[in-house]
This record gives sequence, C-alpha cells and structure tokens, in this order.
Amino acid sequence: MAGVAHKSHEMGLHSEQLSGRTQQRFFSATEEENFVYPWSYEVDFDKSAQFDAEGMDTPQINVKIRELMQQGHGTITVKNPMARHSLGVGILNRLNLNFEGSLGYFGCGLIDGPNVHISGRVGWSCAENMMAGTVVIEKNGGSTFGAAMRGGDLVCKGDVGSRTGIDQKGGTIIVGGRTGAFSGFMMQRGRMVILGDAGKNLGDSMYDGTIYVGGKLTDLGVDCVEGEMTDLDVKWLNDKLGKYGLEAPNGAENMTKLVSGKQLWNYDNLEPTEKKLVL
Amino acid sequence: MSTDNIDHFLETDGVDTEREKDIGQHIGYRYDVNLVPDMAYCTPFLKKYMEVMGWTDLNWLEDVHMGYEENRAAVFDRNINGWVTVPEDIELPDNQQERDMIARELLIKFQMSSNHPMVDLRKAYEKFK
Repeated sequence: MAGVAHKSHEMGLHSEQLSGRTQQRFFSATEEENFVYPWSYEVDFDKSAQFDAEGMDTPQINVKIRELMQQGHGTITVKNPMARHSLGVGILNRLNLNFEGSLGYFGCGLIDGPNVHISGRVGWSCAENMMAGTVVIEKNGGSTFGAAMRGGDLVCKGDVGSRTGIDQKGGTIIVGGRTGAFSGFMMQRGRMVILGDAGKNLGDSMYDGTIYVGGKLTDLGVDCVEGEMTDLDVKWLNDKLGKYGLEAPNGAENMTKLVSGKQLWNYDNLEPTEKKLVL
Repeated sequence: MSTDNIDHFLETDGVDTEREKDIGQHIGYRYDVNLVPDMAYCTPFLKKYMEVMGWTDLNWLEDVHMGYEENRAAVFDRNINGWVTVPEDIELPDNQQERDMIARELLIKFQMSSNHPMVDLRKAYEKFK
C-alpha cells in the first residue's frame, strides 16, 4: 500500500488543492444580535390568522401562507388541508403553522425554521430535506419519513412506513410507534428515536449517526452495530422526548443504541488519479 | 476521532493510522458528529436565539460542532458548503461541549449577517420577494 501513496505523489496529486478556495467574508463575531435571515419576513407569534383550504389548490394554499407571513402573522392555522400534496413547503422563516387535518405527499419539505403541527396523518416523504424547525404529527406517517433531512425535530406520534430517515444528514426523527423496513438506510448523521418496534434491515449501510430503539429489533442492516449508551445520551433522550409528551416504554436507559460499524468507510486516494486520467 | 487530545487537529495534520499515512490524508470527521449537546454549556446568545425561534432546545444546532480545517478551528456552514474559520482572538476552551457552543454562536452570527454569501445568491436567484 505504501507504494500507492508514493505513486500518487510522483504523479503530483498531492499538490492538487482539494480544500481551500478561500473566500474572505468579514463579519463581526460581536456584531449586534440578529437571529433571523436578512431576507426573512418580520412576524409576530401573537398575531394569528386562519383560513379554510377547502376548494383551494396546493399553490393557492402555499401562496396564502406566504402572504400571511408577509403581513406579519406569526401563527397561521390551515383548516381542511384535505391531504393535498406538497403543502407548507419551502418556508424559510420563524412561524407557527398548524394544519387541522392530514397532509398528502411531501408535506413541509425544505423548511428552515417553522414550527409545524399537523393534527392528522401525513403521506410519503414528510419533511424531506428539512433544514430546521419542528414538525409534529399527531397520527401516522407514510414511508420515507424525513428523507434526506438535514436538521430540526421531526416527530410522528403514531407509526410510520418503511425507509424512515433514508439518507438522513442531520436532525432528529422521533417515532412514537413502529417504523418499517430499511429505516435509517444510508444514514449519514443525526439521530433517530424509535419508541416502538423497528422493521427489517434497520440502519442498513449507515455511514454515521445514531439510532435509538425502545421496542423490538427485527434485524439490523449491513454495518449497523450496537453502541454504548452514555449518561449524556439518556439525559438528551429524556429531555427531547419530554418536550413532545413522549417517553421510552422501558425508560431511556434501556433503549438500544445503534451506530455505524464503519466497516464501509472506504476511501481511495486513487479516485482523483482516475478523474485526472479521464480528463 | 483517533485521539483524546482535544487540540490534536490543531497541532498535527491528523494523519495517524497506517491507512491514513498511505493515502496522505485524514479519514473521517475531525470531531465526534454523534456528540449530543450538554445544555449546561448553552450560552445566553443561544438561549435568546432559541426563544426568538420558538424552540425549547438547540434544534438544528445540535448537529453543529467545532471542527478543524487546515489546523484552524472552524465551523462548517451547510448553507455555503464551506468552513468558517474561528477568529484567532477567540480563546478555545479545553472542552468540546464548550467549543461546540462557540461554534454554534459563531455560525448563527455568520448566517444571519448581511455579508453572508447567501445574500448575494438570493438576490441573483430568488423566486419570491
């Protein structure tokens, strides 16, 4: 193997700058407190509005939410969402958003900041690519719940389908009930808390991140192994679950912690060589 | 993480194992991505941020840690897919939890700054006013 590095040095690959590309962007670490994006709407949580979505289509509902934010409403209630797809997506603002009813596919995707409460159920890929905020679902969720999620808390108090948190890159997914097969598939970061039972191939090919399970494990996927539960884990679990009125069935300290075995961490410095040769 | 020395990646290039020496680069993260926050170290600035956002914990910042890039303390900004280096005049505590809180505070200040690159990108590509 030593020959490989030697050869790559001979080819000049290590003079290739893979990091860097520095951009000088000055800002003051002690500048005035500003807690929201420069482009976000100024909203007041105490200023509330509601509207009935019956008879409206998806774009009309999403535009209406945006208009209410522009008017400064920080709490918005949508009645009768009627399980329409792609509702409440792309909200990059602080906001309390309540859906009285159920959502269809891809509800609340790509959000960065809002606190969403859904009194009914959700379809596939709820909160996919979620960046920040909280999404709480009172009933059940569909498959690929929290797909490619990056941050925030995504909570389903009922059961969810398969492939929960597929490609999860951050944030916390909490499932009050059971989760289906291939949950945590290709998980890269973040935390998944399953209070009920977990289906087949849990954590298959997970690269990093942590899965906590309170119920029974059907089986583990490739490179998913049991980790050591720490006092900090237990404290964090109790705090986090308590915020959503949930608790581990046999206590947080008795949950099973699963992590990556890191046997699939394959790095090959010949990759740049190959690219260079192709080019 | 291959060491208990908190300054390992500030003091060395982090190329420790035989495999890393073979390929000439560090493998994996330079910090523990799975470390959950200890709120005992939460700063007043972060508490205010949580209050403004209507959150009762650090939310997405739970995934933010102090990292190390080119022997400098740095925090990764997912919005620009790049590292923001920690100003050299900020003294680093000898505790990763405290360092993580500094990283979180710094990242918020950078992301919410009018000098953040996303401000220019948004002007160029925004779909909604």
